[in-house]
Amino acid sequence: MDCAADPAGLTIAGMSSERVIQIGRDILCRNDRVAADNRARFLADDMLVFNLVSSPGAGKTSLLVRAVSELKQSWRLGVIEGDQQTSNDAERIRATGVPAIQINTGKGCHLDAAMVSEAYRRLPPLKRGILFIENVGNLVCPAAFDLGEACKIVVLSTTEGEDKPLKYPEMFAASSLMLINKIDLARLVDFDLGQTVEYARRVNPGIEVLTISARTGEGFAALYAWIGKQAADQTHPVGGTAP
Amino acid sequence: MHEMALCEGIIEIVEEEARRRSFSKVKTVCLEIGALSYVAPEAMKLSFAAVAARTIADGASLEIVGSPGLAWCMACSISVEIARRCEPCPRCGSYQLQVTAGEEMRVKELEID
Repeated sequence: MDCAADPAGLTIAGMSSERVIQIGRDILCRNDRVAADNRARFLADDMLVFNLVSSPGAGKTSLLVRAVSELKQSWRLGVIEGDQQTSNDAERIRATGVPAIQINTGKGCHLDAAMVSEAYRRLPPLKRGILFIENVGNLVCPAAFDLGEACKIVVLSTTEGEDKPLKYPEMFAASSLMLINKIDLARLVDFDLGQTVEYARRVNPGIEVLTISARTGEGFAALYAWIGKQAADQTHPVGGTAP
Repeated sequence: MHEMALCEGIIEIVEEEARRRSFSKVKTVCLEIGALSYVAPEAMKLSFAAVAARTIADGASLEIVGSPGLAWCMACSISVEIARRCEPCPRCGSYQLQVTAGEEMRVKELEID
């Protein structure tokens, strides 16, 4: 195929009537547009939004149940739960008294910006608070789909092994914070924390790291301090402009 | 299989362009896919045939043009080419790399009738 273009964006290929037209558009442009609208809406509502990603079973829901139970005294909270099937996760969140909307993606392996836009409209109105989006358990596809969040948080559990950041580099490259969950099991499974952090920083030199246990509560005070800092940065961004 | 969702995005772009530029048949869809993007070209080709069926791009062939992964090495202070994200700087071996190009996933051009 002739890839050359004239200034009108048209080329004539041989003697036929076939034409080659230049497009140059991002495949994800529609998702990115909706994500930008979500981001503007979240900023207008003064909502700090986190997109939690991990493989299935890393403990995203357990850590959210603990976090929202402990943060609800000081913050207005909402949760959007993504799973292929069932509303089990949203029910676990609602049991804490925090509103939660379940998105079922069916065969879909990730949340997209339009699903989040719709789910956010179904939540009770939220202002000056925190919205947690728990993505579908999958370390591949959710990396590519911007939802309008302030940042992605990747959860890795000690039972998964140290080399997940090398096996799924895009997700660790796209995340601002790596939460290492099930740290209470680290010794039982010979988990090497230093090695894991070194691998994660190979793909993302700037990634921050916290160790937690959703079961025992270890490390959550540091997580809340990190969230508080993100909230301060969003309200008073360095350089004076919103991200 | 996010390639299915990506292919749906491709078809949407093709259909929008068809309305805007008044064409009704697409013979080839040419994509630009960066080495550090989220796409497996083989999975993309399989998904494309399925998603394109009974659309304006039914039967169209999919061509994929690669673009290199580039990163700024903070140790060397130069731009270097990397094939994958977890690779070190080919000059100094450092992992202090900031990706600057190679994440592209674009519909580059269309061959139409």
